[in-house]
Amino acid sequence: MTNKKTLTGYIVNFIICVALVVFAVMARSLGMQPKVSTMIWQCCYFIILACSLNLVLGFLGQLSLGHCGFMAIGAYSAALISLAFQRAGFYTEKSGPEFMLVLVICIVAAGILSAIVGLIVGIPALRLKGDYLAIITLGFGMIIVNVINNLPFCGMDGLSLGSASSALYQNGLGFVLHQLTDYLWLPVLLVIICVALMFTFIRSKYGRTIKAIRDNEIAAGASGVNVSYYKVLTFALGAFFSGIAGAIFACCNSSLTTGSFSFTSSSILNSTFIVVMVVVGGMGSLTGSAVSAVGMFLLNYTIKNGKWVQALPNFAQQIFAYPMLVYSIALIIVIVFRPKGIFGTYEFSLVNFVTSIPRWPAILKEKFGKKKTEEVAGNE
Amino acid sequence: MSAFLTALFTGLRLGSIYALVALGYTMVYGIIKLINFAHGDFIMVGGYSLFFVVPIVQRMGMPGWLAVIVAVVICSVIGMATELIAYRPVRKKGTNMTALITAISVSLVLENLAQAIPAMGPNPRVVNSIFGNEGISIAGASLSYVTIITIVVSAVVMVLLFTFTQKSKTGRAMRAVSEDKQAATLMGINVNRTIITTFGIGAGLAGVAALMYLAQYPSVTNTMGSTLGLYAFIAAVLGGIGSLPGAMLGGFVIGIVYSFSSAYISSSLASAFVFLILIIVLLVKPTGILGKNVGEKV
Repeated sequence: MTNKKTLTGYIVNFIICVALVVFAVMARSLGMQPKVSTMIWQCCYFIILACSLNLVLGFLGQLSLGHCGFMAIGAYSAALISLAFQRAGFYTEKSGPEFMLVLVICIVAAGILSAIVGLIVGIPALRLKGDYLAIITLGFGMIIVNVINNLPFCGMDGLSLGSASSALYQNGLGFVLHQLTDYLWLPVLLVIICVALMFTFIRSKYGRTIKAIRDNEIAAGASGVNVSYYKVLTFALGAFFSGIAGAIFACCNSSLTTGSFSFTSSSILNSTFIVVMVVVGGMGSLTGSAVSAVGMFLLNYTIKNGKWVQALPNFAQQIFAYPMLVYSIALIIVIVFRPKGIFGTYEFSLVNFVTSIPRWPAILKEKFGKKKTEEVAGNE
Repeated sequence: MSAFLTALFTGLRLGSIYALVALGYTMVYGIIKLINFAHGDFIMVGGYSLFFVVPIVQRMGMPGWLAVIVAVVICSVIGMATELIAYRPVRKKGTNMTALITAISVSLVLENLAQAIPAMGPNPRVVNSIFGNEGISIAGASLSYVTIITIVVSAVVMVLLFTFTQKSKTGRAMRAVSEDKQAATLMGINVNRTIITTFGIGAGLAGVAALMYLAQYPSVTNTMGSTLGLYAFIAAVLGGIGSLPGAMLGGFVIGIVYSFSSAYISSSLASAFVFLILIIVLLVKPTGILGKNVGEKV
């Protein structure tokens, strides 16, 4: 029975994944707007980023405020490696097998380099706990950005070769608008792979161990768990995935500046907001992280550009002229009414969802029936 | 020698501000263990109130710094309102993390509210001069009186707060709440009232800090609090968070490290050096320079 269910699970998940990738490959011929595909790219790196922070924050229980620093390392290393390949004459156009190879190398290298930095940061930092860890990771995040600013080949204004902003258009990874639609399968595939890897990691014996550390560090240590080893391992893993998110960011944006990876900024891509995404989605739920990453991105985007804002009365429109104000008030409301986050620790399961469809009427009936009896009991 | 003294005086000037802000941080953190991200924005509130009140006070023929009374009152009210509206409901239901997120959101609300109010807006506003620019000159480097005043003010504030928390009844209640909320409740302490008092005092300090900040750097923007607050918080952690003398020491260390590394090494790497010092100190002594070592209980 269990085996059969697992098998159905594999089949259902596989079908959905293939369908998503096929849809992404066909996006161009389906006539997708470049605007929409840019949004999908952005959602993809937000999803990976939020999920990777959830490994550290939700499952390991350690607050890290410097997550964007690792993303910066991923983005810069991917861009620089691709530039190096191009200068060496390995590829000239952004297509063909050579470019695919470079793309794969860049993304994997971005992840590995971030993981190495994560290791270097994690070994000293994870000796501290709680708010001290938060501050020290914040410090490391700032140092990473500051060092990148001062490296001669990166520079404060982005990867400059003469003019900074257009550098990545002509060189290396940065895709222009129509290429973003052509290569839409890349982020979609990466999101599927990364989230699947993280999910299996959590379900593995390593995942159970880090959950034990989160619940009670001392008890876990007393039961023979090598606490610092698992902490550093998870931290480096989180850094690895955020490096991959950085590589996607480098592909998606035409130019790189370190301002994008700071601790706070006016956009929603910064270390604090990634923490916000994880907490609002629910610490300990990858589904929650993904949903809240997409949700927050869309909320921010529609407040800024949405048509429905113009339909509001004049007074409300004036408030919506300051998107961050609305956004932060919405955040406070969510936190006050649902402090555990939207999903808590619930994980969405596609198989259970699909197999439960035939039973929906019964479930609904049961739920409403229960409510009525409770009310009756209360009245008595 | 002159360059050295200049760097030292710049460091003292920065450090005295950080010290004053860090006192407020450490006050709130020491009691409820919450990184109050909004504290920097309370300084912004104080800054704007000074921007409006200083000209009025000066027109009435009184010295401009008297406006600080109004600023302190406004900051305290805003601080207590924040605690009532945002932090208290979350503290009842949520965890440390949700409280942190609330603090971040409150900070965003205050910053963007200031931007949305037409009289404030996103552009920097220049505040009337409060103390003047005179100073003394030592071996070619000038030390302005404002810096000296700031150092004296932060020292006085620190001593006052220290005696307050050690000796007075409310202060002792605060320390009890910080150690164990439930036990404090059982001892007949009104925890909520204690916390709201803490917020009032902490935010009121932000008003004083705003005065000293504006006396040295006379311009107000809606985001002035975020960087200032961040460095001040780091100062508080460096000195040992929860410890009032530690906050002051940390502020001066941060200010001096910043000014020396930008004078002698590289101005663009200065903030990296500040964080490097923080990391080294925390690794050697995880509770900060003057922090108390609390044993772990199972």
